[in-house]
Amino acid sequence: MSPEKPEQIKKSGIAIFWDEFSRSNLTVIILAILTGIILGGVLVAATTTEVYAAFKVSLWGGLKLAFTTAWNTYVALFTGSVGNPEKIRLAFESGDPLMIRRAINPFFESLVQTTPYIFAGLAVALGFRVGLFNIGAEGQIFIGAITGVWAGYAIHGLPPIIHIPVALLFGALGGAIWGFVPGFLKAKTGAHEVITTIMMNYIAFRLSDWLLKGPMGDPTEYTPKTPWILESAQLPKLFDLPIRFHIGFFVALLMAVLVYLLLFKTTWGLELRMVGSNPNAARYAGIKITMSTVIAMVLSGALAGLAGANEVLGVNHRLIPAFSSGYGFDSIALALLGKSHPFGVILSALLFGFLRNGARSMQLTVGVPIDIVSILQAMILAFIAAPAIIRTIYRLREPKHAEDIVSLQSWKG
Amino acid sequence: MSTASETIVIPMSKGIRNRERRRRITMGVFFLLAAAFTWLVFAVNLTPNAMTRFVMTPGGSSTVAPDWIFPTGVYLNIIAGICAMLGTFQIVRGFGKRTYSVLALVAILFIFGFLSWATSGGQTNLGGLLRVMVVRAVPLTLGALSGILCERAGVVNIAIEGMMLTGAFVSTVFASLSHSLVIGLLAGVVAGGFMGVIHGVLSIKYKINQIISGTVINIFSIGITSYLSSKYIQRSEFQYLNEPGMFPQIEVPVLSKIPFIGPILFHHNIYVFAMVFFVLFITFLLYKTRWGLRLRSVGEHPKAADTLGINVFRTRYMAVILGGMMAGFGGTYFSLGSSGRFDEVMTAGRGFIGLAAMIFGNWNPIGSMGAGFLFGFFDSLSVKASLLQVPLPSEFLGMVPYLATIVVLAGVVGRGQMPAADGVPYEKE
Repeated sequence: MSPEKPEQIKKSGIAIFWDEFSRSNLTVIILAILTGIILGGVLVAATTTEVYAAFKVSLWGGLKLAFTTAWNTYVALFTGSVGNPEKIRLAFESGDPLMIRRAINPFFESLVQTTPYIFAGLAVALGFRVGLFNIGAEGQIFIGAITGVWAGYAIHGLPPIIHIPVALLFGALGGAIWGFVPGFLKAKTGAHEVITTIMMNYIAFRLSDWLLKGPMGDPTEYTPKTPWILESAQLPKLFDLPIRFHIGFFVALLMAVLVYLLLFKTTWGLELRMVGSNPNAARYAGIKITMSTVIAMVLSGALAGLAGANEVLGVNHRLIPAFSSGYGFDSIALALLGKSHPFGVILSALLFGFLRNGARSMQLTVGVPIDIVSILQAMILAFIAAPAIIRTIYRLREPKHAEDIVSLQSWKG
Repeated sequence: MSTASETIVIPMSKGIRNRERRRRITMGVFFLLAAAFTWLVFAVNLTPNAMTRFVMTPGGSSTVAPDWIFPTGVYLNIIAGICAMLGTFQIVRGFGKRTYSVLALVAILFIFGFLSWATSGGQTNLGGLLRVMVVRAVPLTLGALSGILCERAGVVNIAIEGMMLTGAFVSTVFASLSHSLVIGLLAGVVAGGFMGVIHGVLSIKYKINQIISGTVINIFSIGITSYLSSKYIQRSEFQYLNEPGMFPQIEVPVLSKIPFIGPILFHHNIYVFAMVFFVLFITFLLYKTRWGLRLRSVGEHPKAADTLGINVFRTRYMAVILGGMMAGFGGTYFSLGSSGRFDEVMTAGRGFIGLAAMIFGNWNPIGSMGAGFLFGFFDSLSVKASLLQVPLPSEFLGMVPYLATIVVLAGVVGRGQMPAADGVPYEKE
């Protein structure tokens, strides 16, 4: 990346546009998502037996069927995530409130799926900004769910206006404790947070298994589950059933704003980011690195804990084993996709939430397994992390500034 | 982590000597605590003539050994005494280079004490417990070996889990189609190697953060194997793709007839023997050959290695691909060695425990196998936890490997020596 020489030659408008477009980070992000989706389509087509049969008949027929297969998959994904436009139109014409709610439910269900992604994505992004790789969001989500659900069913006699914040706070606290341990160990002993958070994940899984079977299990149930949380702790729903959309989404948005303000509008946030981007400079500037590390991990854990609490207080209303199904791991991809910026996290969380929800009904309608989403996410993550791949494929120009927004401390810390 | 200068002989400064002393004493206190715990928790509440009965013959074995019956209290007191003596010696003089061996001894004694106490008044099948331990150690050790190959060359590999899963899936399909376990095994190894290539291209060529690259492989592997699995091999009309068969048990002649030891060590399928072979072979390669020296030098100081004419990139690619193949081989254990079929996410985090075993074993093959045995023991014990005389939730036994790894990482009882350039992408100038 040599410094740009001032351009003397006059350029046409299109050339200038192409130049800017080509160098932009946003282009890379959009192309990364697109490429992932195209490759996913190829994969779907390549794993459909009928396509091979069609290829045996004629090349054109095979290509056509391959394309329709991929197209139908994504149409199913789309209608599954935002709803079927035709159905929505008919519902509104009929004016039946239940029909309308059913028709628009996919869209709101996608937002329900988005909500934990926002929390968990913020958690990972916050860590990235401080140069920490919080791979333990999954465990923190579990612990947050445990403490949140406990506050939800064990604390009696509070009005919702107090009970809900208290339960959320418990969730955040649980996650914070789970984040504190790796943060503290990193600051005090240099134990790398990637390994410690992975280990903390598995400790959290085992702990929740035990709690659900024993101390927190509902004795009236045969399978390990906690009791239902009290009604006063449930996050209020904005619509009637079947729409499960609840105010957790807005809490998540609020958190994103708070994280944004903290990171970019306060001295404290500046210090945190400085530790992330250049720890040596931060040390010379008199910033306590150890303190920042601990604070960042605690905040990160608290956000992930909120994701867990949000799920049990807003959606499940009780804790069941293996309830998270990978929000914590997906959020790593998500935070990178959002360039570790709170608002970027919201956008990529929306993408992931809609993908996840759409994939569920896609599985039912066209029989493409839901795991296609993980494949898409992995590919998008690879392209985002290695923009050079995208730039090579599409012959884009080098960016003016280094685009590596995430500067992680090396393995050795 | 401490600096890389430990390999260079420098005059010991006062600070280093102080640190050494502090570590020596911490370790000694640790031994004393083990003694005290054995004494105060295990031994104190026993009835005077409580007996422990260990069954020494694993279930189903034809080589019968007599049961081992002993008075619990006496043995526990002896164990506590030995631990106390070792601890005192460690504090006063220190065992120097042998400290870790002594630590292992204390750990074994302590676990034995715990088991004796937990069995007191009943019986435990020690033979079966140890036999299962050896089996459970296999995927952990093979995973750790994969990590060692990569990280000794300076590439962090947290993708062991994903590589294993891929190996398990591919080997299942190939073995089912070809009706040959060997072809399935080779296909699994190649698939693991292919994942290694991806890891290499992403982290060495494109220099993306190695942890992110590993995460990509993990997410992708889980996604693609589950996708293909639920689309094809779990469906009844494709059942024939999920019937790979299993490697048979091999009885080593003569050796398997030794009472107690025979059924535990010499009556297994090829994976146990392969594990021991690879541990020894990789130890030899890494520490006794020019190839190994070069590989390690790339992990410790790539720039110096480059100056000496070693191709850093090629060495790292080779290491990552070999690591991937090793993980793929470990993955085939799940399908061809243990269950005879593929299930979604069947590795269930074993790859990550393998990573832990690597750290616990100090990036050293033999140490990692020791860690594999230790973790395998707790895995084995957690299955049998309900049969013990003391109420101990199996989940807590299952946590031990993770807790132990955190303790080791935090340097509570001495600190491991990771390769100095581990995780640092190499930039040629």
